[in-house]
Amino acid sequence: MSRPSDYIDSRPELPDGGAPARNVPLNAVGWARWAWTQLTSMRTALVLLLLLAIAAVPGSLVPQRSSDPNGVSQYFVNNPQLAPVLDWFGMFEVYSSVWFSAIYILLFISLIGCVVPRAKHHWEAMRSQPPATPMRLDRLPGFVTLESTATSDETMAAAERALRTARYRVQRFDRDAPSLSAERGYIRETGNLVFHLSLVGVLVAVAFGGGFGYTGQRTVVSGQSFVNTLASYDSFNPGRWFHDGQLDPFSVRLDDLAVTYETENSAALGQPIDYLASVTVTEPDGSEEPRAIRVNDPLRTNGADIYLLGNGYAPTLTVRDPAGNVVFTDSVPFLPQDAKLTSLGVIKIPDGLASQIGMVGFFYPTQAEGANKAYYSAFPDLEYPMVTLNVFSGDLGLDAGKPTSVYQLDTSTMTQLNGRKVGTESIELRPGETEDLPNGLGTVTFDDARGANATTSDYTGSVKRFASLQIHHDPSRTWVLVFSLTALAGLLTSLFVARRRLWVKILDDGRRIELAGLARGDDPRLESAIADISRQLPSSRPTEGTVG
Amino acid sequence: MTLDELSLVALYSAMAVYALAFMAFAIDLARRSATVERELEYRTSASLRVGVSLTALAALLHFAAAMLRGFAAHRVPWANMYEFAMTGTLLIVSVFLVVIWVSKVDLRFLGTFITGLVLLFLGVASVNFYVAVVPLPPALQSAWLVIHVFVATSATGFFALGFALSVLQLLQSRRETAGTGPRFLATLPDAERLENFAYRINIVGFILWTFTLMAGAIWAERAWGRYWGWDTKEVWTFIIWTLFAGYIHARATRGWRGTRASWLAIVGFSAVIFNFTVVNLFFKGLHAYSGLS
Repeated sequence: MSRPSDYIDSRPELPDGGAPARNVPLNAVGWARWAWTQLTSMRTALVLLLLLAIAAVPGSLVPQRSSDPNGVSQYFVNNPQLAPVLDWFGMFEVYSSVWFSAIYILLFISLIGCVVPRAKHHWEAMRSQPPATPMRLDRLPGFVTLESTATSDETMAAAERALRTARYRVQRFDRDAPSLSAERGYIRETGNLVFHLSLVGVLVAVAFGGGFGYTGQRTVVSGQSFVNTLASYDSFNPGRWFHDGQLDPFSVRLDDLAVTYETENSAALGQPIDYLASVTVTEPDGSEEPRAIRVNDPLRTNGADIYLLGNGYAPTLTVRDPAGNVVFTDSVPFLPQDAKLTSLGVIKIPDGLASQIGMVGFFYPTQAEGANKAYYSAFPDLEYPMVTLNVFSGDLGLDAGKPTSVYQLDTSTMTQLNGRKVGTESIELRPGETEDLPNGLGTVTFDDARGANATTSDYTGSVKRFASLQIHHDPSRTWVLVFSLTALAGLLTSLFVARRRLWVKILDDGRRIELAGLARGDDPRLESAIADISRQLPSSRPTEGTVG
Repeated sequence: MTLDELSLVALYSAMAVYALAFMAFAIDLARRSATVERELEYRTSASLRVGVSLTALAALLHFAAAMLRGFAAHRVPWANMYEFAMTGTLLIVSVFLVVIWVSKVDLRFLGTFITGLVLLFLGVASVNFYVAVVPLPPALQSAWLVIHVFVATSATGFFALGFALSVLQLLQSRRETAGTGPRFLATLPDAERLENFAYRINIVGFILWTFTLMAGAIWAERAWGRYWGWDTKEVWTFIIWTLFAGYIHARATRGWRGTRASWLAIVGFSAVIFNFTVVNLFFKGLHAYSGLS
């Protein structure tokens, strides 16, 4: 059996999808054979395809851990009752869940079970000659009769020439009358098989790439470098078969991150127009090379692809104790909260001051004051930058050994020392300014990135930027593309190349010519193809075009 | 008057002409019913030809509107919801006009559906989705915007035609078995031929959709750092692809060819519309380019 029994063009040899025939003993082999027939039937493949479509839906309704981990956390907060139930069903990891995997694995088994026998059959068909001409052509589609004006041999020669020019495989038969049996479009089935096998290729390549690849994120402040080692990633998602040795120790220094904003179109003021990260790549052998990373234009180096996925400001803050000794100085990435880059950051100082302190800060690249006296940023570029800081003292929780995020401060066990909530002003600093910390703890300075004594009439360049880089390695990406392209080529061939059989028969000692065809699969041009051939035969029947 | 304002004027004019074309096509359908009722033979009515001419005229105005919008923005006119709707409907009409031009079979009876659909979308788009011209965000600054989105919207044009044919096929096969349904059906091709047309048009859509999916993956690899990440729009692109793959399978499966297969084409096009409207507007994801907030 070359095709599943419920394929539309196959003869219904088996009871349509039925259980094993009654006379076959219902032993394990019988059932296994029955189950295999069921699994590889067209109907099963169809149902699995539709199930796959339905199973993909929930992943678009509920946030997924793979693409939106924060959304999942938020979902748990908003729906504390429902979320654990959904989680049990794998709704937050739909595409790696057991049920989703089960569907596509069954689908692919069904596909292989269907395609392999077909490939074998097709291989044999391609090497065999077209089947004998049917006894009667007049019941077949596109049947025409012509009056011949030449001898039998001349007609046969003309017909064979016409058919071969139209790329038919031709075989002569002389059973009841001289006839030609021709077939074309074997490549339709080849395309179909290539398409299906390419899908298997895509699946295998994707699995391979996921297994040996890795994805990591790293935030780099301009002027800083990151070395491609496990320890330097902020977060790292390795594939199942990843090992440390895969990481080439190249490094990337962010020299500058230039952002261009729209300043003229009033409907889009402040919309980013271009991001350009200028970097220096240091190869494992020590050679340096200046490169650039843009959105839509990643940096590809040492088998890794480096993407610019986010950016923001990293104000440089320095904290001194009352004696003037520096206890903290760093450029701290503040995470953007809106399109105008109002940003939120956290500074933790566990040592060096009278008590542990944490500071929650807002950064406004262009600080403005709203009606309710609240500050906001009016423009994402550095027009009038300001940092505001609220200071908390108490236990930072760093000694408990629990992992904590550098972007979050748990203030539940801390005392707020300043800010609106406790009735005092927040610390407000522009680049270059210094203020006292509350309770005589020391001072805090917002360092100007251009150095001390820089002008305050133009703040351009006064605050460093940071870039969120994603570093991705996928060893099989090219194979996924190659298999996708062969799938597309196979699909085009299998849907648009017509496969048909054509017969030419000479009757009445060469006076009469009969033609007929049979489409195998969808073939809108069967009749015009027969007309084309008949026009090239020596016949007296008036036909349009030239008669050859 | 700015280019964008001119574009709006052209678009409103196109909508007015589409409305006239819709009426002409509707009159043709009424005429078909009338001839069937009087047991006369239907001959192509003048209103059908008027409908096609008006549709072509409206498409020209529509094309001018899209071009002007593109000139106003200095880029391709399909970077937000309003522009997708404008260019997408233009492609639906273009596919319709090309198909009736190329096809040996008279498919002009689909005019009512096509002009009605386009009018509906343009109405919603110009009233609810309109946004002023803004520059492209960096993620959209890519040649793939031209290719990926254009091919996706062309696929939508073919799926729309296929959808209409499949709906007619269902009505026709009900008429053939139960004798019910609008009378004009008697002047249309029989259910099997409608199914064959629907299939031929839908497979073109399917090829374009496959290409859309692949081009999208290549672009996503450059812009987002992975070629496939089950973003909501990717999920729906996949669902639509799977539905139409199912449709093509159904056509080759005994017991599914005919009515059941055509339902899959109908569900598939509904998913395309769902993807364009509900997913764009209400689902969270990386394809957040509606330009609406």
